[in-house]
Amino acid sequence: MGTATSAPTVPPPPRRAVISADALDDLLAALRAAGFRPVGPTVGAGAIVLDELASAADLPHGRGSATAPGSYRLTERGDRAVFGHSAGPQSWKRFLHPARRRLLTADRDPRTGETSLRADAEIPVPYAFVGVRPCDLAAIKILNRALRRAPEGDRGPFIVTVECTEPGAACFCASAGTGPGCADRIGDFDLALLETDDENGHRFLVTVGSERGDAVLDAVPRDPVPDGMLEAARAAVAAAAGRMGRALPPTDLRVLLARSADAGHWADVADRCLACGNCTMVCPTCFCTSVEDTTDLTGDHAERWESWDSCFDIDFSYLHGGSVRTSTRSRYRQWLTHKFGTWHDQFGTSGCVGCGRCVAWCPVGIDVTAELAALDAEAATESGDAR
Amino acid sequence: MTASLFSLVPARYRVTENRRESGDTRTLSLAPLDRPLPRPRPGQFTMVYVFGVGEIPLSVSGHAVNGDRSLTHTVRAVGAVSAALCRAEPGTVVGVRGPFGTGWEVSRSRGRDLLFVAGGIGLAPLRPPLLEVLGARREYGFVTVVAGARTPADHLYGVEDECWRAHGVTVLRIVDRVPEEPGPRGPTVWPGPVGLVTDLLPEIRLRPERTTAYLCGPEAMMTHTGAALTGLGMGPAAIEVSLERNMRCGVGVCGHCQLGPDFVCLDGPVTTLEHAAPLLAVREL
Repeated sequence: MGTATSAPTVPPPPRRAVISADALDDLLAALRAAGFRPVGPTVGAGAIVLDELASAADLPHGRGSATAPGSYRLTERGDRAVFGHSAGPQSWKRFLHPARRRLLTADRDPRTGETSLRADAEIPVPYAFVGVRPCDLAAIKILNRALRRAPEGDRGPFIVTVECTEPGAACFCASAGTGPGCADRIGDFDLALLETDDENGHRFLVTVGSERGDAVLDAVPRDPVPDGMLEAARAAVAAAAGRMGRALPPTDLRVLLARSADAGHWADVADRCLACGNCTMVCPTCFCTSVEDTTDLTGDHAERWESWDSCFDIDFSYLHGGSVRTSTRSRYRQWLTHKFGTWHDQFGTSGCVGCGRCVAWCPVGIDVTAELAALDAEAATESGDAR
Repeated sequence: MTASLFSLVPARYRVTENRRESGDTRTLSLAPLDRPLPRPRPGQFTMVYVFGVGEIPLSVSGHAVNGDRSLTHTVRAVGAVSAALCRAEPGTVVGVRGPFGTGWEVSRSRGRDLLFVAGGIGLAPLRPPLLEVLGARREYGFVTVVAGARTPADHLYGVEDECWRAHGVTVLRIVDRVPEEPGPRGPTVWPGPVGLVTDLLPEIRLRPERTTAYLCGPEAMMTHTGAALTGLGMGPAAIEVSLERNMRCGVGVCGHCQLGPDFVCLDGPVTTLEHAAPLLAVREL
């Protein structure tokens, strides 16, 4: 102690390059050659959904999305942007934590009663996630932590993240601290892209975040980063931070929720909330599951299936004698308090990344940022009254 | 395979004994068919799977010693799985995962007085720590058991009272009511008191500053008993309670058993009243 031997080490700048929009096919081919199965945004069912990418043509060229509380519409952008959309109804949770999977198979010999139990082998799919938004990049980490998974490192999905320069109206990643940029989160992604389309052409600035990202980039036609492009890119991301459709109230939400258990505002939300659970289904970090045990008609073959569950379901808190949380008020409070408050106690971060999905897919347009602001205002009024 | 998935696969156990405790309650002894689970600590629970019916959390009600790998569970028939378990004949194969959760760490209270207060089936998870104490009785001061039940016929482990008393344990039992109509074995004779477990607390030899209390029963029973004991001078850190929430996975990944910041399957079921009281005070938390 006391003998400063070295100056703080500054990590070397990451490797960067520029690829043309045409090289997206080369990128997908390089990923496939490296053994990955590319999945990413594509148009389906009137929305941007996540699915297999056979070629770059599957990406939503020129398509965007218009979001608002309770509303999501696919739009024609009128330009060539490939990643010009905000979060769609699905998140990468679809691949990392499937909505339904078999956990267990049990068989009983009808004559001897001999019973066997076996787990279903989990064959990991070597996905390459292409087009991960910074909010969703944060969500992947948060979801894995909530599922108590050990960091997978190079055994996990290959992540191609795309920084955001056009946030949607439901977005609030800047105030959630997860976006709109992410190229500095080296190690969380393999390659980070930033899309630009100007007089110099339709191009992507690429930042390498891992060794395997470096290897994949080697197989893609690329150019050195021209002078000024990096600075322009950073400025575009910074400008996007100022164009967020929404913002979380600038207060310590963990403290706010800890003292809001008896707030009157919960009754106000409960008057609107349908307890449908849509918010928990579209949330990229909601992880709760339920299991169902079934048998076939012979009764000698049984299976256990896990499926996504929602804390808005009345049976979620069921105990002998009845459910703990019977009122919609208490179930909404559980969801919001967990997401923004007790998640910190459990996992060391907020559970919200500001993707805005719960705002857009709430059928009655409940907006978490507005509800938190109302709780904050109520708390401020109360502490004012106390004075 | 994720680390947690391994603990989602039950180990096979065979029912070796099914003993009647009361009209709707049975004590099952289970022996491992293949790999035995780690030995549960008093107060922990397991998840017991009945073939094709489902899986429920059950607290361990026996205290296995040395190389004994059997499990003991006392179960009351209140749902499909618990009723199937109560009907399980010796030889039936069930699946067991666990043990899960925190336990009663009675050995931390060596040299102190111990007070066990149970409501109904809540006596089951308190039996293992009591048996642990009986094995080292001299290391503890006064040991008192206060057990409440709905009717005299609902008392659990009544046959063990004599043995417990022989070890210098004060055993007090109380019932909510004595049925007026005669049962299958004739009219109910109950020489003991009628009322709530809290009615008996003023009668016990309580040295508040040197007592650790262990409470298990319905939530209202635990909060009222906790309040009564703090009223008698005990600190809430010396009062331990066993919480019940919807425990499903046992490893903190399914989310069902949350109580405020806690996953009851990991942070509980056993915790101090000091920790639990503010959480239980919030309605529908």
